[in-house]
Amino acid sequence: MKKKTLSQQSYQQLADAHERKRPVLMNCIKAFFVGGLICVIGQAVTVLFITFFPFTEQTAGNPSVSVMVFLSMILTGIGVYDRLGQFAGAGSAVPVTGFGNAVISAAIEHRTEGFVLGVGGNMFKLAGSVIVFGVVSAFFIATIKTLLIQWGIIG
Amino acid sequence: MKQESTWFFQNKPSILATGVVGGPFEKQSPLAEKFDLCMDTLWMNEASFEKANRLLIDRSIQTALNKLSLHPSDIDALLLGDLINQITPSSMAARSLNIPYLGLFSACATSMQGLSLAAALVDGGFCEKVITGASSHNAAVEKQFRYPTEYGGQKPPTAQWTVTGAGFAVVGQASDEGASIATIDKATIGRVRDPGLKDPFNMGAAMAPAAAEVIERHFLDTGMKPVDYDVIVTGDLAWIGHGIAEDLLKKKGLTFSENQFLDCGKMIYAQLDGVQAGASGPACSAMVIYGHFLSLLQMGSIKRMLAVATGALLSPLTFQQGDSIPCIAHAVALSSPVSTL
Repeated sequence: MKKKTLSQQSYQQLADAHERKRPVLMNCIKAFFVGGLICVIGQAVTVLFITFFPFTEQTAGNPSVSVMVFLSMILTGIGVYDRLGQFAGAGSAVPVTGFGNAVISAAIEHRTEGFVLGVGGNMFKLAGSVIVFGVVSAFFIATIKTLLIQWGIIG
Repeated sequence: MKQESTWFFQNKPSILATGVVGGPFEKQSPLAEKFDLCMDTLWMNEASFEKANRLLIDRSIQTALNKLSLHPSDIDALLLGDLINQITPSSMAARSLNIPYLGLFSACATSMQGLSLAAALVDGGFCEKVITGASSHNAAVEKQFRYPTEYGGQKPPTAQWTVTGAGFAVVGQASDEGASIATIDKATIGRVRDPGLKDPFNMGAAMAPAAAEVIERHFLDTGMKPVDYDVIVTGDLAWIGHGIAEDLLKKKGLTFSENQFLDCGKMIYAQLDGVQAGASGPACSAMVIYGHFLSLLQMGSIKRMLAVATGALLSPLTFQQGDSIPCIAHAVALSSPVSTL
């Protein structure tokens, strides 16, 4: 990266003096509660699947995630999720509902360019890097785990 | 190169009429009554946000022409721009108007770039009547520069809200005293300034040095002082950038009285919810200057103003590639046609 010149550095100081800071502590508190609430709802869905359907604690994860993503898509479609996102920040971005929002918002946005070039081509514009780095890191973690088991370091 | 870079117009090019159109959110603006028309939805019954941007241009130009009972064929040149890739909304509006067309790009400084050039064309005798203006559409700009409209990303308090709307002016020679809304006296064309900032969510801070540079140079070239203007208004520096610009100018010995140094980006939404640091977009300065300030000049409640539109010349590509944001500002000096006697 190009180094900043002296005048750029002193300007940065002036700009910093005027900048409005993110209310980090407040944002963290909001994110904690909203994120936590989303997870509580997710847990409730899981319990429902275990109680009323033939799912176990191991297998109830996938249908629960689907339901949460579906709910987030509905909220995105009716224009609520972006408002929630502005309020909650990471609280609504980190859970799987945030992933659903990233996919569906891009799909809605690019509907005007048609189904193939628009929706299909742009749906994973934001979520694509989540998938790529999720798969890549899963590969490395799995490789490390396999090696550790082979060498008898972990059981 | 000659010492002075400010253009002094000799033959009193004037603004004869304006057309200002806003979007649904702009209806809530404290200045809304100064706009000719506000659309009800962001889609405006068009098939895409980009087409809605074109519609804003159409409506705004038509409003201005109607006020003078002119036909597009009476106009000699069309100077306009917007923020969308390759300024297609502007070009598509020009397609149906059939007026000789020059597309402009100075991002949010396009309004005053257009007004300077229009005044020069009229002053130099090359054109009798010129239409100039700028437009932007919030959702189309978000889509291109930021995230999808419905994406739940959190915007920092330094972010600015892109205005949906268009502001246009018909520039020509006033046939008689009453025909003119404002006289265009001088124009100072900006130089690109890049303070090295890279955050596209803090563009006011990036643009402030460009605004300060062009304002300082305008006073240097013209020998005028801040007291010679009733109002000095910047385009879309908003709450953060405007404070920085005021500090930069104070360091150069240029100080302003209260309510003399204003900013369209602070005024258009005042403190409406959700706009964070204020407004931005080519329509911001175009709507507030052509809608609000020109009516003040026409009535004579302000005599002289310096309109400084500010633009951040970034693209989605350059900020992803880690480039800092180059910025520009153009200043136009306007005066009231009402006799000062």
